[in-house]
Amino acid sequence: MIGAALLELRGLRKDFGGLEAVKDVSFTVREGQIKALIGPNGAGKTTIFNLLTGVLPAQAGRAEFAGTSLLGLAPHRIAALGVGRTFQTTLLFDDMTVLENVMVGHHLRGRMGLLGSALRGSGVRAEERVTREAAMEALARVAVAEVAARPAGELPIGQRRLVEVARALAAQPRLLLMDEPAAGLNMRETEQMGELIRQIRDAGVTVLLVEHDMSLVMGISEEILVLDRGERLAEGPPEAIQKDERVLAAYLGEEAEEC
Amino acid sequence: MNPRNATERSTELSDLQEAQVAAHRRRRRRQFLQLLVFFAVVALVPVFVRNAYYLNVLVYVGIYVIIATGLNLLMGYAGQISLGHAGFYGLGAYTSGVLTATYGWSPWAAMPVAVALTCAVAYVVGRPTLRLRGHYLAMATLGLGIIIQVLLRQSSITGGASGLLGIPAISIAGRSLETDMQYYFFVWAFVALLLVAFANLVDSRPGRALRALRESELAAGMLGVDTASYKVQAFVISAAYAAIGGILYAHASMHFLSPQPFGFHTSIALVVMVVLGGEGTLWGPVFGAATITLIQEKLRPYNDIDIVVYGLLLIVMLIMMPGGLSRGLAAFVERLRGRARVEEAAS
Repeated sequence: MIGAALLELRGLRKDFGGLEAVKDVSFTVREGQIKALIGPNGAGKTTIFNLLTGVLPAQAGRAEFAGTSLLGLAPHRIAALGVGRTFQTTLLFDDMTVLENVMVGHHLRGRMGLLGSALRGSGVRAEERVTREAAMEALARVAVAEVAARPAGELPIGQRRLVEVARALAAQPRLLLMDEPAAGLNMRETEQMGELIRQIRDAGVTVLLVEHDMSLVMGISEEILVLDRGERLAEGPPEAIQKDERVLAAYLGEEAEEC
Repeated sequence: MNPRNATERSTELSDLQEAQVAAHRRRRRRQFLQLLVFFAVVALVPVFVRNAYYLNVLVYVGIYVIIATGLNLLMGYAGQISLGHAGFYGLGAYTSGVLTATYGWSPWAAMPVAVALTCAVAYVVGRPTLRLRGHYLAMATLGLGIIIQVLLRQSSITGGASGLLGIPAISIAGRSLETDMQYYFFVWAFVALLLVAFANLVDSRPGRALRALRESELAAGMLGVDTASYKVQAFVISAAYAAIGGILYAHASMHFLSPQPFGFHTSIALVVMVVLGGEGTLWGPVFGAATITLIQEKLRPYNDIDIVVYGLLLIVMLIMMPGGLSRGLAAFVERLRGRARVEEAAS
């Protein structure tokens, strides 16, 4: 079920010095959708994620999430609105256990401050229990509950990606931005990631992903936006994108050259 | 999926959850037991150590354990560094000293005021600098420490370089604490309270948020952690710990304050205590504070040589036990146990 617009970008722009990383990009993500942003390296995909999550300031344009403007907000405010994110390089807290990582994901659902926690009354203990259980549930959802007690820094890349997804899900986002969730994964793991993304969407979370793995993108996305050098090149369902000549020239062509 | 499978899966999940909750409860119980044994030993020390000088040194160890524990929250958890913590130590000591000696306040009334004033100064300094990435706080606190030191030396309120006299002893239920033994118990009671508060704090939502932002501010922020605010809060709490150390120092048996112990030298010693003992651990700063205070005492006759010794200690530590004393000792014990197990199996 695809609903109303959840995320709307209008005329978004970002330069780095003279380089226009994102020029005048507009698109819409609808509630309940899996949408993919694709394009060659340097197309501006990750920059768009950084603009949407308050990591970088935009020079012009609008970005509204469920009617609230995201631009100018700090990352934690954007997270509190219901936007989650996973990273291209998997930013796990390596010195913490897997479970603790996901418990940080539950941060927005808790409310204990420093002084209350120092006293550790019954309220804190109850909240800790709820947090620990919710984190285990999130880990079970991505099928890595068995590594809960291990330090996150010890995990292989496949599990790191899954833990990062569990951590983002623990915050119960409405929109999940996934930056190359299949990078570094083998074929089987990529398939499982695709299945997981579908499950996440079916559970009511809208997904916007940046991905290079075309089999994954074509397999799970309902709509694809192709970017090239910061501009929109094409937008549509996977079947249309695969046949689009501009896309073939700009993007698939380049890949063919690489091979 | 059929309903039977769904039930099986949810029982499996609740088993996993229960296992993690139980594992955590065991960890907490073990830590509680460590604290209990430690403070039982602390309580028994005066039975064997009756020498006033040694008890007095142990009072200072307790005061430094408190300050180093607070600094550990900032360094080992929030990942920031303060090079001016002796300034907060001095601010707490002198606020309490002036209010009681000059204005005749009760130490119990002066205590919260001294802590609040120190926290306010920390907030004013931390708020703008901690918004910036990088070690701006180190520079700002370095400057602040020097400013406080100059103020303590120059101001007429503090008695300047000649010091502040006539600070009253703290009294409990009408009886004032006069002997070193009484003071020993008083200070170590504070150590116990503040160490337990610290252990609780770091094993909680804000404690995890701090460790998370230390590793990646970007990832922590995207999970809803207000990184700037948490860093400021950790800084203010660490300043409060230093202020409490200062207050205890001011009312320690000497009834006298001079600016000398609150200078840059002490700020460095505090950082060394945390790093040497092991930042990010409960026991590290305890070991660190004890080691450095004892070294300081031994080297007292030789002016300023202690800073050279700290440097050497840090170099040796970074090579031999990069995680600090407490982690190094834990690893050593693990190795011994492992060897014992191997020998047991072999025999």
